[in-house]
Amino acid sequence: MEKLNCDALRKIDEIVAKHKDQAGPCIEMLHEVQNELGYVPFEAMEKIAEATGSSPAEVYGVVMFYAQFTTEPKGKHVINVCLGTACYVKGAQKLIDRVEKLTGAAVNKTSADGLFSLDATRCLGACGLAPVCIIDGKYYGNALVDSEFTNEIRRIVREEKKAGAKA
Amino acid sequence: MKEKITTLKALLAVREAERRYLQLRLEDKFSLEEGEQHKNILVCAGTGCTAGDSAILIKKLNEKLEEAGLAEEVKVVKTGCFGFCQKGPIVAVYPDRVYYTHVKPDDAERIVNDHVIGGHVIKDLQMFDTDRKTGEKVYDIDKIGFYEKQQRIALRNCGRINPENIYEYIGIDGYEALYRVLTEKTPQEVIDIVKASGLRGRGGAGFPTGLKWQFEKDQPGDEKYVICNADEGDPGAFMDRSILEGDPHAILEGMAIMAYAVGAHQGYVYIRAEYPIAVNRLRIAIREAKELGLLGENIFGTGFNFDIEIRLGAGAFVCGEETALIASIMGKRGMPSPKPPFPAVSGVWQKPTSINNVETIANITQIILNGPEWYAAMGMGKSTGTKVFALGGKINNTGLVEIPMGTTLREIIYDIGGGCPEGKKFKAVQTGGPSGGCLTEKELDTPITYENLVAAGSMMGSGGMIVLDEDNCMVDVAKFYMEFICDESCGKCTPCRIGTKRLLEMLTKITEGNGTMEMLDEMEELCNEVRDGALCGLGQTAPNPILSTLRYFRDEYEAHILEKRCPAHVCKKLLTYVINPDKCKCCSLCARNCPADAITGKPGKEVYKIDAEKCIKCGLCITNCKFGAVERH
Repeated sequence: MEKLNCDALRKIDEIVAKHKDQAGPCIEMLHEVQNELGYVPFEAMEKIAEATGSSPAEVYGVVMFYAQFTTEPKGKHVINVCLGTACYVKGAQKLIDRVEKLTGAAVNKTSADGLFSLDATRCLGACGLAPVCIIDGKYYGNALVDSEFTNEIRRIVREEKKAGAKA
Repeated sequence: MKEKITTLKALLAVREAERRYLQLRLEDKFSLEEGEQHKNILVCAGTGCTAGDSAILIKKLNEKLEEAGLAEEVKVVKTGCFGFCQKGPIVAVYPDRVYYTHVKPDDAERIVNDHVIGGHVIKDLQMFDTDRKTGEKVYDIDKIGFYEKQQRIALRNCGRINPENIYEYIGIDGYEALYRVLTEKTPQEVIDIVKASGLRGRGGAGFPTGLKWQFEKDQPGDEKYVICNADEGDPGAFMDRSILEGDPHAILEGMAIMAYAVGAHQGYVYIRAEYPIAVNRLRIAIREAKELGLLGENIFGTGFNFDIEIRLGAGAFVCGEETALIASIMGKRGMPSPKPPFPAVSGVWQKPTSINNVETIANITQIILNGPEWYAAMGMGKSTGTKVFALGGKINNTGLVEIPMGTTLREIIYDIGGGCPEGKKFKAVQTGGPSGGCLTEKELDTPITYENLVAAGSMMGSGGMIVLDEDNCMVDVAKFYMEFICDESCGKCTPCRIGTKRLLEMLTKITEGNGTMEMLDEMEELCNEVRDGALCGLGQTAPNPILSTLRYFRDEYEAHILEKRCPAHVCKKLLTYVINPDKCKCCSLCARNCPADAITGKPGKEVYKIDAEKCIKCGLCITNCKFGAVERH
């Protein structure tokens, strides 16, 4: 396993210290660590366990329980496809199939080249615009199989290929 | 440092000052001084419209107004959701009461130049409805079908005020209910008012709110808690998000009233992390309320202390269940625990706790201000007041609608929702999310009450309402929900952990053409066992989507099993793609787009054929064929 760099470790210490005296802070800490680092490394779980007087196994149990926490770093571009009911009945499954093909990332996984993570998310609450997707934080409504959304993915794929060729 | 509001006089003074500016939006009559050219341009900044670039639109409107030298007279106001998400981004110009739909950032110039300066309504952007009898276009906002039948109480301020400005909330009677309660009523009187209003939990189960509060109040001890459940997990429901985004102070004030009634001094809002805009607005609202002394210590100088903390969920549907939610607030795995003890006896930190849903709390201030009789007069039977539904799926007008209880499903789907798009035939409406069921055409005239929906085989739930048309397969819908439940089952109790898995396996077999008729009976039996044996609400209601579809759409299950056919052409394994030789023009477009090289033929000479063995049923040939020659059987 790769060792975390000093910066990341310091960030974790800061976050843990900030919430230490709060009641039941484990989930708050995990959220902040994931926001900072993009995932929850094992070192963070150990530090959180120590600060909250629980075992690393218990903290790991919390991480595993909640869908939003991940123990693996995400890809460079994160694509979320909403799989809430409204999106599903309007064809979100077809859309996911298409995005898998376009990016090479399987659902809830990261592509082998580390460029794309494809997450099927729970309802985003924008059901009026179903199907709804997010690319790197930007929302796309009415994202059908051929739409602004898939065009944007194609654009990113092309750009990354170009950048890859240059490098 | 802002001046704290500690007296009614100070509150009313703030309101008076704010009214002058709010009057353009709220009142029919307003008093402008001669020569004044005041307008408010309201722009929706809910999740839906933000996705449609409404933030950029707001910036552009401000720039254009600045250029025109109108920045003082015309205010651009960022508001919560107007409800009509289908038409977003939505802009409303007051006092003209003109609503614009699908407004893009580039339309800012026209709105300023043509409407504000020129005084002309921009017809091609204006919201309209088509009168179903005469076919004429209706532009009057009060006569538009989507809004006409609604009665907005919980959503009253969404799309009317800036949720990030506490003064606007105070301007429309905000925090008066809290003042009245703290200075004029005893906690028991408050509970009696809520009881008399007949308000019931809007999260789904419909437990009487006043009774819940009474249980907690009757517990001994000083350390008690109140929780606002904003873990809106039902996929397809978004009223709680909308209320928090559009009117966060109504929730803070409602929680403070609730805390006073039950004797709590600390509250938590447990909210999904999937709602970043709502979380942010809530944080702003809490900060503003603390600055003005409307939260914190010695509120209104009465000695009442109350503080609110936000706790984020992390993606677990079961955390909407109250005991699981409490575990999650305490930083643990969100697993439910057996009741009793009920949270009112032993909740967060093992102290008495009352948990209410966002929409329930949003009604509290209005019940206090207008009286319980006013509230109880709305609705039907034991279901008083209004309910918000999130209308989605195959429906023309998607969005949030708030209607008095007792309205029929037909009125919501056809009068408000405008029916199914593209002239497709209505098949079913799903209410109650993964805990609810599907209802058919026959049940559409049922007046909506908690009891009626349960009797029909569904439930109120938090208010998701997904319309399905002839293109949706009911077995597939049941399977979708069962997949969701399997994913979200916490695994603590066996009936839910294993029972739902077995149910999903049977459904999968049926959708793949490997089902048997015995399976239907087995499924029904297992459904009943899971319902009776599961520990919490999630498991107990999980079989509902299967039971209701079996009840109303048994023929579709039978078609999958006996004829190996999916009547709605959804279940992939049961589909075959065929090219109709009479329609094929030999253009080769399908073959060139086929990712599996399953289509052969000769361009311009020989009609194309699909090799069923190779076909992966992706449907690309249908999308690409310009002559409608590809058919699905």
